[in-house]
Amino acid sequence: MKRSPSRRRVGVVAAAAALALVAAACGSSGSKGSGSGTSNTASAPGITKSQILIGSHQPLTGVAAPGYSDIAPAANAYFEYVDHHGGVYGRKITYHYLDDAYDPAKTVSVVHQLVLQNNVYAIFNGLGTPTHLAVVKFLNSEKVPDVFVASGCDCWNNPSAYPQTFGWQLDYIREGKILGAYIKQHFAGKKIGYFYQNDEFGQDGVKGLDMEIPHSQVVSRQSYDPTNINIAPQVAALKAAGAQVVVSFSIPDFTALLKLISLKLSFSPQLVVSNVGADPTTLAGLLEAFAKKGGATVNGNQLTQGIITDGYLPSLGEAGNSWISLFKKIHATYDAKAPLDGNVLYGMAAAYTFVQAMLKAGRNPTRADLVSAINRGLPQGPAIAPYAYSSSDHDGITGAYVGVIKNGIIVPKGPVMTTDTSPSGAVTTFSGAEQAAPASGIPSP
Amino acid sequence: MTLLRHLGAAIVLAVILGLLSVALNAFRDYQMAQVALYAVAIAGLTVLVGLSGQISIGNGAFMAVGAYAAALLLMHLAWPLAAVLAASAAIAALAGLAVGVAAARLRGPYLAGVTLMLAVALPSLATRFTGVFGGDQGLAVNISTPPAFLGTNFPLTRWQAWISCAAALIVLVLLANLGRSRIGRSWRAVRDDETAAALAGLNVAALRVLAFVVSAACAGLAGALLGITTTLVSPGSFTVTLSITLLAGAVLGGLGSLAGAVWGSLIIVLVPTYVTDVATSHGLSSSVAANIPIAAYGVVLIAVILLFPDGIQGLVRRLLGPAVPVGKRRENGPVSTPRRPAPASEHSEEGAP
Amino acid sequence: MQEFLEFTLGGISFGMIYAAIGLSLVLIWRGTRILNYAQGAMAMFTTYIALIVINHTGNYWAGFFVALAAGLVLGAVCERVVRPAEGKAPLNAVLVTIGLLILLEGLAGIIYGGQFRSFPAAFSITGLHIGGTALGIAWNDVFVAGAVLAAALALAVLFRYTPVGLRMRATAFNSGVASLLGVRVGRMLTLGWALAGLIGALAGVLVTPNTFLYPNSMDSIFVLGFTAAVIGGLDSPAGAVVGGLILGILLNYVSGYLGSDLVPIFGLAALVVVLMLRPSGLFGATATRQV
Repeated sequence: MKRSPSRRRVGVVAAAAALALVAAACGSSGSKGSGSGTSNTASAPGITKSQILIGSHQPLTGVAAPGYSDIAPAANAYFEYVDHHGGVYGRKITYHYLDDAYDPAKTVSVVHQLVLQNNVYAIFNGLGTPTHLAVVKFLNSEKVPDVFVASGCDCWNNPSAYPQTFGWQLDYIREGKILGAYIKQHFAGKKIGYFYQNDEFGQDGVKGLDMEIPHSQVVSRQSYDPTNINIAPQVAALKAAGAQVVVSFSIPDFTALLKLISLKLSFSPQLVVSNVGADPTTLAGLLEAFAKKGGATVNGNQLTQGIITDGYLPSLGEAGNSWISLFKKIHATYDAKAPLDGNVLYGMAAAYTFVQAMLKAGRNPTRADLVSAINRGLPQGPAIAPYAYSSSDHDGITGAYVGVIKNGIIVPKGPVMTTDTSPSGAVTTFSGAEQAAPASGIPSP
Repeated sequence: MTLLRHLGAAIVLAVILGLLSVALNAFRDYQMAQVALYAVAIAGLTVLVGLSGQISIGNGAFMAVGAYAAALLLMHLAWPLAAVLAASAAIAALAGLAVGVAAARLRGPYLAGVTLMLAVALPSLATRFTGVFGGDQGLAVNISTPPAFLGTNFPLTRWQAWISCAAALIVLVLLANLGRSRIGRSWRAVRDDETAAALAGLNVAALRVLAFVVSAACAGLAGALLGITTTLVSPGSFTVTLSITLLAGAVLGGLGSLAGAVWGSLIIVLVPTYVTDVATSHGLSSSVAANIPIAAYGVVLIAVILLFPDGIQGLVRRLLGPAVPVGKRRENGPVSTPRRPAPASEHSEEGAP
Repeated sequence: MQEFLEFTLGGISFGMIYAAIGLSLVLIWRGTRILNYAQGAMAMFTTYIALIVINHTGNYWAGFFVALAAGLVLGAVCERVVRPAEGKAPLNAVLVTIGLLILLEGLAGIIYGGQFRSFPAAFSITGLHIGGTALGIAWNDVFVAGAVLAAALALAVLFRYTPVGLRMRATAFNSGVASLLGVRVGRMLTLGWALAGLIGALAGVLVTPNTFLYPNSMDSIFVLGFTAAVIGGLDSPAGAVVGGLILGILLNYVSGYLGSDLVPIFGLAALVVVLMLRPSGLFGATATRQV
């Protein structure tokens, strides 16, 4: 094999390119704003007179991406809306979210980059339980505010060990208790089967369910592995046990699979599905190709009819709800390519809460100011139940309503219920009212 | 003499890396630690694949073994760090022994199939035995703080960089010596022509198993370092993607060469961060844009393998060709074309277009 | 008993999918001694093409056949990409196919987005009954098994009874001599990959109703298809089918009676047990090399 001169040249160029790549990667990135003008100062890392830089880790690619990858763009859409309407004390929010492909080792890398290289002010809405667990100690030791983690794990409520970390959504134990209380009341004497993801999401949900549903009623507990789509054996086991009600802590694609396999096995229990797995828009999309074949005559909606679920944000189908109108408007302007579903609602609601917290933190906040602002409690915002935020409790939304899917939207079937995460805490009706959205769409300071 | 030469090089490198870690900022120190630990893993893999000719798409599983071992040891026994690292490597070596023995008679794609299934199955043990292994959430690894004599303000990331670089240098010295020893030559003999090696009296099976053990020990040590620097071990970090990344790093850097292992680890740590920076600086933050680095990675991998099959180290060798002593130059690069298994007849090369 | 029946029949249905992937891997291996790690990703890509056609025309079968045709084309294209690596060390070809895998998944994410898409089944998915007993499968599952079986038989006929098949077998046996005898070796290799792409595309449209379509949807199916091919022996198409059936049924029993989290471990155990007894798979030809 003769070595021709042109190949050698290619080799030299390629080597030079590789060296340049490495050198450029070693160069520091990230710009710092210069301060000048009004009463805004660069009061903390990530805050300049005109910009608030926040970061997040999100599964934008990989097996967890479908669905979840829409949350951050929706939150960003709300931030853009705020930026175009005066910003937070005149500052624009720049939301720098990086892909971690739901791999905790990658999460550590990107969060190190965001904190040590990009100098973000805070980490907002970090998504995933195993992923965020990998960075929670680091964020707390670096005293970076770690606000509104996108995970229903109860582990974010630990003010003594993790003072910088706050949950946001309804945690899975509370959700299990609320669904369990509903089942105990409305399906007394019926045989209950559990179908749950075999990680902390499903296991915490089951913990909550068990705090309410009498053990004698539960005839089968089937867990599934999200990497294995063949759940027919699990559904067959539920059927063999005679379950009349199946409570499912599953993600949307597995809820859809549960429905499809049940059709195949001629098994038709009442389905009760946790909020994350029961978004009507997502489910209808997953089931639409089967609607005609499945014996239903109308559309994908038919297969979701009658599924009982819960919600801690207003229902997307609720006509006249001021939050839904606001978020729909923002979605149409800033995030129109994404389907308008529960993920978009989630992202915007969380972003709204962040803006509430930033406004409360003051015009020139330090990092500690944001944390103490949340510790003093936040108004309810779009959530249908109050936040638990205090200096001794970093849990977010504390309650939900139980509803049923009718014609593709969730229709509430009862009052909002609130509870705590302990076995003895009762599930009580919340008597407060929902808050209306501010006319401008931006919270008041 | 070889040993002294390698030790000398290691000491010089240690000083350079130490100065570098002080000069760079905290994030670059963290990246240094990452590069070092992946270099350990890729070095082990390149010995297995390049020197002994056995393919493995499952070294991520051995990293998982080492990582979980380290996490459990730190949690339950509170040993000193060096002991924990050594023990993790030893436990992973045991796993490598088991796999090597089971796979001793397997060649080519059959071995690949077993290692691939190993990479899928082993992390699933963590979700099966949730009580011991913490399930999907994983086990927290106690942060190892810098020892007192370094001062109270010694940055944690610099300490992590020091541990990882020290481990990497030790491993590279050991592997370099091993590569030049009788065992290394025996591995190459087995790789190039197994029948001839057996005829010459080499214990082929034992050599193959030994290669697995060494490779698994390196991967286990790297896994332990990964657990220590990321402070969490969970199954989500040890998917098949990790094993594929290690293999890609080994081949891109230059298969069979320890310098190639370092090049490979630089690529797999630095390039993704760089590409993400470029993508987001162009305003692409949506999930569609997040796939562009992935597609680009695929293109680069294909292009490099087809155009530069000897990887970066091969390129470096060719560029420095005139400067390298004749005895060290090799015509075909680090991996000579091995025989392919032919079931019924010889599969001759001349006719292939 | 009811459960056992449901597990077995469901296992056959999935097992045929693994068999289909295994078949395409065997096709490529026999012809070029390359393991195509991108086989699953290629199937995912052609399934996306099928979905676009189905959504535009409203006709499932139009999409089905377009997917098969796209599989032929994609297989041929991928062979040309991998060809420079065919004569060199096997590891290079492995990594080129892995590069193809990564590229195809990234491209799918860019072109189609990462969201789940619903993919229709060819026939009804409501459960079948014999007498009063529910069988746990539907007409679509019967179609899946039948389609893969038909494809395997068609391949067998092609190889055994047609001149093209004879030429392909000659190329796989000894490409040097075949070339001397006038066989266009390059074309035969491309044809082998194209046929593999076709079978893979078939597997893709058959299984995707169960997995929903997204860039990584074929990843775990591919691993099990690969395992099925290895269990059966990479030289043997019949072995791929047998391996797929064994794996599908066994893993269904494990999932049903022992728990779904034990499935990967048992897959590994099955593979190791088979290979320890027969290092070249159940039907693989053993190379004797006594020393």
